[in-house]
Amino acid sequence: MEKEKIMSFVKKYTMIIVLVLVMIFFGIGTGGKLFLPQNVTNLISQNAYVFVLATGMLLCILTGGNIDLSIGSVVCFTGAVGATMMDKGINSVAAVFAMLVVGLIIGSIQAVCIAYIHVPPFITTLAGMLAFRGLSNVVLNGMTVSVTDEAFQKIFGGGANCYVPDLFGMEGFNLTCMLLGIIACVIYVVIQINGRVSRVKKGYEVDSLTGMIIKTVVICAVICVLAFKLSQYKGIPTVLIWVLLVVLIYGYITSKTTIGRYFYAVGGNEKATKLSGINTNRVYFLAYANMGLLAGLAGILTIARLTSAQPTYGQNYEMDAIGSCFIGGASAYGGTGTVPGVIVGAVLMGIINLGMSIMGVDSNWQRVVKGIVLLLAVIFDVTTKKEGK
Amino acid sequence: MAKVLLEMKNITKTFPGVKALDNVNLKVEEGEIHALVGENGAGKSTLMNVLSGIYPYGTYEGDIVYDGQVCKFNKIKDSEEKGIVIIHQELALIPYMTIGENMFLGNERGKKFAINWNETHGLSEKYLKMVGLKESSRTLIKDIGTGKQQLVEIAKALAKNAKLLILDEPTASLNETDSKALLDLLLKFKQEGMTSIIISHKLNEIAYCADKITVIRDGSTIETLDKNKDDISEDRIIKGMVGRDLTDRFPKRAEKHIGDINMEIKDWTVYHPIYTERKVVDKVSINVRKGEVVGISGLMGAGRTELAMSVFGHSYGTNISGRVFINGKEVHMKSVGDAIKNKLAYVTEDRKGNGLVLSNSIKINTTMANLGAVSSHTVINRDKEYAVAVDYKEKLKTKCPSVEQNVGNLSGGNQQKVLLAKWMFTDPDVLILDEPTRGIDVGAKYEIYCIINQLIADGKSVIMISSELPEVLGMCDRIYVMNEGRIVGEVTAEEASQEVIMSHILKSSK
Repeated sequence: MEKEKIMSFVKKYTMIIVLVLVMIFFGIGTGGKLFLPQNVTNLISQNAYVFVLATGMLLCILTGGNIDLSIGSVVCFTGAVGATMMDKGINSVAAVFAMLVVGLIIGSIQAVCIAYIHVPPFITTLAGMLAFRGLSNVVLNGMTVSVTDEAFQKIFGGGANCYVPDLFGMEGFNLTCMLLGIIACVIYVVIQINGRVSRVKKGYEVDSLTGMIIKTVVICAVICVLAFKLSQYKGIPTVLIWVLLVVLIYGYITSKTTIGRYFYAVGGNEKATKLSGINTNRVYFLAYANMGLLAGLAGILTIARLTSAQPTYGQNYEMDAIGSCFIGGASAYGGTGTVPGVIVGAVLMGIINLGMSIMGVDSNWQRVVKGIVLLLAVIFDVTTKKEGK
Repeated sequence: MAKVLLEMKNITKTFPGVKALDNVNLKVEEGEIHALVGENGAGKSTLMNVLSGIYPYGTYEGDIVYDGQVCKFNKIKDSEEKGIVIIHQELALIPYMTIGENMFLGNERGKKFAINWNETHGLSEKYLKMVGLKESSRTLIKDIGTGKQQLVEIAKALAKNAKLLILDEPTASLNETDSKALLDLLLKFKQEGMTSIIISHKLNEIAYCADKITVIRDGSTIETLDKNKDDISEDRIIKGMVGRDLTDRFPKRAEKHIGDINMEIKDWTVYHPIYTERKVVDKVSINVRKGEVVGISGLMGAGRTELAMSVFGHSYGTNISGRVFINGKEVHMKSVGDAIKNKLAYVTEDRKGNGLVLSNSIKINTTMANLGAVSSHTVINRDKEYAVAVDYKEKLKTKCPSVEQNVGNLSGGNQQKVLLAKWMFTDPDVLILDEPTRGIDVGAKYEIYCIINQLIADGKSVIMISSELPEVLGMCDRIYVMNEGRIVGEVTAEEASQEVIMSHILKSSK
């Protein structure tokens, strides 16, 4: 019985266990450098686009293992449009708005092809990948356009000072950041307790109390350690706010709303979903249209961080997003996967990247390692599914 | 007496929970056409799958003696090497390949890495001539009709040097002329010394070509009739097929309160979604009253599921015509959403394929078709959802540790209950239950029947599509008999019997 419990625990939290092991491995391998405040900050800033894109990609993958190959090119294209607009002196608010709208329109066009004309997603988005890479070049004339608007940079996580300002002005320690971390913990604990109390009151079954306490403590500890590390450097990078916003909104949509439920249903059994009176075409449409919108946001984050737009930006971004989803436990056949899981997957990929960079591993070998990790994750998914049957 | 080519001795095959075959014996002599008859699910196809090695040696008990040897087939290839070739009910041809390519698929002519196309097509033409099909072997399969495709299947079997040909419902999708031609071809092969086993529901065809008839019922051989010795009239065969006692397998209904007509379908006609010229449902008019269970009986492929699904928000078919009235008012249900709004529910026969999301929990499946009822402004109220799922779990006595359990891990009977719960939660007035007890054990069946009776007591209407005659007889107030897309009879519970229904079906099969 004890053994069975441990097995099911391992199965449920495999990726988190792997993440911890990988962190320990690179922590030792880099002589602790991985956990320096600056590197923790870098981990977030460098991978912000992955978090955003992977969240959108999750919705596509949920519908049946379908992927969107075009997003790297769309990121580049929306970035190119925005940078060019700002370069021409257009207000940066208008440019931001335009980038999101352009992303949404591109996503919607592809979504119509997939959902209503029934072109396979792979083909549709492969076409998009080629077309928007080309169009980015056309918009930028093959040149680099720099982004000089400082407010824009600061808000979207680029430039030298893209951090949430400290209200207390303590030397070497950002107290605002630490306080926000603690507040986040308190909110989390209150929500957990509230939910549990109301369930108990109504007489519904609840998970074991110790399990819940352990889970809550671990999550709060992670938040606090993260906040502490960030405080030691320059505080909360502004880009983290955007990432959190996306993660929280989509985490809520996928777990608590009817439309979120439909994504899982379509991927789990499309015919049954259709026969339950759910418009499955609309589900596909929403997945891909939304992917375009988030690609627009990633475009904004990308040009802000790199303070320029180039025709080569965004290459392989789609692969990072897809990889994060699968490593994070999304099924290659659709129907399973969660936003928190995807975030774990993205962090895992990010740590492998960063750890190997610090250790000075050749970038070609980094790719080899990432490829192997992705393959192992999917092998794990496929074999555990088989056992389930 | 001719030499015995095949003898299957005491074959027993068990699936988890079900004994599909129980001590079946079959003896086939060389050069005869042997017919195998029985109801759906009697075990005919299972028996043939045992013979052809689809269920490998060791997964069944008993012996197969073929040509004087005990055979241990592990895969289809093994039986085909001996000359036993089975042609399945559903044609296994690939539409975008030529006749010749199909014929030698998996049996390619030439060297391993260099197919000899001249030899392929040359041989194909030879076999095509033998079956009397005047088509080039380079014609694509999709360009010829079903009748000709059936002939290609036979030619394909001949190309494998078949000595014993097994045909599973070869004429099910053929028209009269094509059927006759096919049977004549079998008779011609018989003259040339070929042995055949034919599975069919069309008793007139069996009487036309078969030398011997073996009747299977509930996984056991009942009798073997010889054309020359025994009476092989349709009535005699039907008696053998259905002659089983109706024991107390159905819950009694407290009182009958049959009210007004709840739903009426008039002149409903549906065409096949791909082969758009094929009529699948032909001018069907039926009605169901409040508090009434109406059965639709018929063989597989009679068009019952197609009728139900096309009515249920046009979920099947093209070019649908006809009218539906609910409570006397005409309704137009163009989508499943419309159907649910009009308080119609369709509980599919294919619970795993079309009904449930196996990777999701009981809770999620229960509320899937009516998620709006447990949410406000698209946000799901999880506590309410949980309460609904638990409520139905208790009402329907679903056996599960928790409603958070994935339905993929439940037994068939419990899955069926979850599926029923899902549709009961949409609060329908009319429920169409398609094979509600398929593949579930006797105990669970009884519980499903109780649920049906409860629905009726609440004033709902139930249309029950079932291939199991005893079930239809035991549960229904009125029975429509459907065959080849048409309603060919309507009988009340009092006048209904297995013989009456079977003869309605069989006498309308032409």
